[in-house]
Amino acid sequence: MNKLKKSKGKIILNGIFSENPILSLALGLCPVIVSTQSIDNAIGMGAAILIVLVLSNLIVSLIKNFIPSDVRIPVYIVIIASLVTCVQLLMEAYTPELAAALGEFLPLITVNCIILGRAEAFAAKNTPLDSVMDAIGMSLGFFLACLVIAFFREFLGTGGLVLTNPFTTETIFSWHPLEAYAIPVMIQATGGFMWIGIIMGLFNMLLMHSNDKKAKKKKEAAKVVCPAAQKA
Amino acid sequence: MTFIVTLISTMIINNIILAGYKGLCSYFGISSNMSSAVGMGLAMTVVSFLSGLICWGLHFATIALGITYLNTVLFILVVASLVQILEIVLKKFVPSLYKALGIYLPLITTNCAVLGLALALTTYGAADWQAVLGTCLGMPLGYFLILVIFSAVQDKLKLTTTHRAFKGLAISFIATAFMALAFVGFTGLL
Repeated sequence: MNKLKKSKGKIILNGIFSENPILSLALGLCPVIVSTQSIDNAIGMGAAILIVLVLSNLIVSLIKNFIPSDVRIPVYIVIIASLVTCVQLLMEAYTPELAAALGEFLPLITVNCIILGRAEAFAAKNTPLDSVMDAIGMSLGFFLACLVIAFFREFLGTGGLVLTNPFTTETIFSWHPLEAYAIPVMIQATGGFMWIGIIMGLFNMLLMHSNDKKAKKKKEAAKVVCPAAQKA
Repeated sequence: MTFIVTLISTMIINNIILAGYKGLCSYFGISSNMSSAVGMGLAMTVVSFLSGLICWGLHFATIALGITYLNTVLFILVVASLVQILEIVLKKFVPSLYKALGIYLPLITTNCAVLGLALALTTYGAADWQAVLGTCLGMPLGYFLILVIFSAVQDKLKLTTTHRAFKGLAISFIATAFMALAFVGFTGLL
């Protein structure tokens, strides 16, 4: 039981670190630039992706045995497109300003590689519970990566941070210490490309560092074992 | 005149990759060498032009029937089936072109740029047929242009001494950022 729980946690952690959809797999990059313009956008897009990905992974893993493999991709696309339409209509009704800020990128979640990719690579081969865990991990990975990039872009681009309640458009938190030194290009597409590149590079550096450490440990462990083996 | 203005504006000023930031997945994957960039660019041009026009026409049908909320589902089906039909037709009648475009065609189904174009066209009315033609043609040509330019940039990037963590995608993103900055300069063109 304990082992099973650990593997579920591992699926989620996998989505956040070693298989982070944006920073290491580089899947579904299109909505990243618009959703990292501000922290509000990152939260909105993260929520939309979470809902669509959890439901699509669940549905695909439930019906995986009934779909003929020749037409599976069109079936997945229709399932995803219907879910995206539902989420889009809900967001337009309850969070109209957020829906307007995300614009076309809300319906474009349909062709997002993360969602189709996880349906094909994970949900079509695993149990519904594992697929939901994978969906949560992947969308958390997407959300956290977006949040980090959005933090730098918004802070440098507007000179501060703003957090609004998406349902009432009330400002919860506003802090502008460097407004006079804002660099507007950071919230445009140029800044988006640049910060995705920088954060991606730093993330790779982090992963490489931890991998190097692990390899070193293994080497040392092997060194300790070897003389013992020779004696025996 | 409207045709030429929208063609240039969608191709260079509001470029689909640099200013519209769509179709990035295929952009970074495909632009590693010139020949695949040209193949993908040509395939994109054909598919986007046809699917854009078909979806624009279908949009009036969904308005008449009052089912505009089905646009996304309908358009993605149009794009997917168009890609499939094009693959079959090319395989049968123009095998040489099929050989050149074959592997890029299925990738186009999940390219945000094609669905994005179809969704963007729904804002145009029936009277703006020139603008629609310009957008349908300018968008994929802009994609083509950037893909070819960036494949040349990537050739140079391979020779630079980049930190190993930044090699590959990370440095490509930063190079794209500077290209986007350069293209902002075209804003005053029209």
